[in-house]
Amino acid sequence: MLEIKNLHVKLEEEDKVILKGVNLTIEPGTVHAIMGPNGSGKSTLSYVLAGRDGYEVTDGSASLEGEDLLTMEPEERAAAGLFLAFQYPVEIPGVGNMTFLRTALNAQRKARGEAELSAGDFLKLARSTAASLKIDADMMKRPVNVGFSGGEKKRNEIMQMALLQPKMCVLDETDSGLDVDAMKLVSEGVNALRDAGRSFLVITHYQRLLDHIKPDVVHIMADGRIIQTGGPELALEVENNGYADLLAGGK
Amino acid sequence: MGALVEAKQAALAALLAGLGDMPAFAGAARAAALARVQGQGLPVKRDEYWRYSDPSRLTTPQAKAGVAVEDAGFEGIDALRIVFVDGVFDAGASDDLGSAGVEITLLSKAGGDHWAGADFGVLEAEGQVPVARPLAGLNTAFAAEGVLIRATGAASRPVALVHRQTRADSDVMLHHVIRVEEGASLTLLESGTGGARFNHVAEVLVGEGAAFHHIRVQGRDEARAALTHLFARVGAEGLFKSFTLTMNGSLTRNEAILTLAGDDGVAHVAGAAIGDGAFHHDDTVFVTHQALRCESRQVYKKVLKGGAVGVFQGKILVKQGAQKTDGYQISQSLLLDDDSQFLAKPELEIYADDVKCSHGSTSGAIDETALFYLQSRGVPEPVARHLLILAFLADAMAEIEDEAIAEHLGSLLRRWQGMAED
Repeated sequence: MLEIKNLHVKLEEEDKVILKGVNLTIEPGTVHAIMGPNGSGKSTLSYVLAGRDGYEVTDGSASLEGEDLLTMEPEERAAAGLFLAFQYPVEIPGVGNMTFLRTALNAQRKARGEAELSAGDFLKLARSTAASLKIDADMMKRPVNVGFSGGEKKRNEIMQMALLQPKMCVLDETDSGLDVDAMKLVSEGVNALRDAGRSFLVITHYQRLLDHIKPDVVHIMADGRIIQTGGPELALEVENNGYADLLAGGK
Repeated sequence: MGALVEAKQAALAALLAGLGDMPAFAGAARAAALARVQGQGLPVKRDEYWRYSDPSRLTTPQAKAGVAVEDAGFEGIDALRIVFVDGVFDAGASDDLGSAGVEITLLSKAGGDHWAGADFGVLEAEGQVPVARPLAGLNTAFAAEGVLIRATGAASRPVALVHRQTRADSDVMLHHVIRVEEGASLTLLESGTGGARFNHVAEVLVGEGAAFHHIRVQGRDEARAALTHLFARVGAEGLFKSFTLTMNGSLTRNEAILTLAGDDGVAHVAGAAIGDGAFHHDDTVFVTHQALRCESRQVYKKVLKGGAVGVFQGKILVKQGAQKTDGYQISQSLLLDDDSQFLAKPELEIYADDVKCSHGSTSGAIDETALFYLQSRGVPEPVARHLLILAFLADAMAEIEDEAIAEHLGSLLRRWQGMAED
């Protein structure tokens, strides 16, 4: 599904190298988690995959189902099936949530040569998806993320994911700012989307989220590289012992 | 005589030479207006009030020729249409003036005993203090056409003034007097270019408990030079709302001079403007609070690119005794490139001690984070930019109360932006 080879990335504006050779292969239908201390490059990896400005890829490659991601515009990556759930979902005053979702969904369908959804069909789909995430109608009518609580913003991200039905979902610290109940709700939303054709890359600091979204593979990232890969037990090791031991072992 | 005064007088003399006789209706008010203008001279760039907008195109004897590109109107909105072609009433294209449940007379047809004789030029004259507005005075003195509207109840449908331009050099002056009597209500729509040069004055009297809504679309004509003055006096518990959508136009200055004269009155004035290239758009507003518990809002948004210039001069004057005033003013620009500029001069002058007044002014670029967020969801960059532009204008558009009209303007804006319809 997702194949990252020897990815090197620096900041465009300054001479700061963030990713120093990331290798990662994610098979269809699997859930991978990336854990790591602050500043290890986890969020940068998610932004580079999604195509955010400000980063320069100096070496390596990233492809989605064999297609080179790095030459595509962000919207082309989305249409190709990539989805990034933001750590800090952006507030967009003046753009209604429904307008935003419909514009996004229909733009993707159009890009893939599929028929656009009518207003009525979209409304039905959006309502049923919202209901499953306990997102009320009022939230759907408000401008994108404006006045949403931290939990509502994250639920809105998962709602978008559920509507857009991507193949490769990257969740960047989706657990940050969530209370226990909200984390459960968000996790249920994610788990409901798990299937043989869809993969996940879950970026998190804490093992806690992985109790709810059970990963197949766990990676530890430090200083711009993946330094260790293992099963779910690796996450528990981090929880119990912190990163220090792993980091020492990795060097 | 100073050089400035000389320049102002010379400009006036040159312009007056080309104007005809003053019309007979409201002769005393016209003579007084002319006398005032003769004392003031015409505005020049060195006037403080014209510091950001060069008035010379408005004051030359001849209008600079330009061709209208579109008559952007309120198609599909049920309204009584009154059509002016190059400033001349077109009876064939207009609806029956009696079909909106309000009294409408053309200025050119008004006799000496017409009710508007007592109102014509009154608000304009009051609006000359503390700032001189000579081109409004000139309009009072010489405008031969316009509409005189009196609503004594709820109008059965909006009245739409449609301004069309067919001559490349049309130099148009219109003067309207609108009286919304106690408890009555009226919606006035305006659209179109008017002329290569357009000097437009409307005097609006909003009676006790009356409501007046004004929604205006200034079209996309690149060559147009327009100066509009909207004078209004709002009575106790009266409501006044005006919104203007502008796209392009090489020089547009919309002035609003509003007085909240009765307790608990409300006056909102708003504008959304989009300009590209040789675009100069100036909103100049003067709101006077002179009664208790009145509310005023000024909401102006401009999207500028390609060297376009946006100007906002907005003032709230709270007179002594106008306690519990709630005054608000915001002017914002979205600069789409480094060549465009926005000049803002917000002013508050307050002589009452128990009031709430706030103002703000910002200039900024498209929010790159929001742009990326939209793109990351699959929205193509151009569409994402359009969405963010519409979002920026939303607060101003929200000042349109009528949903059907708001939706109409929204779709007009999307079309102007080159976006596909829903």
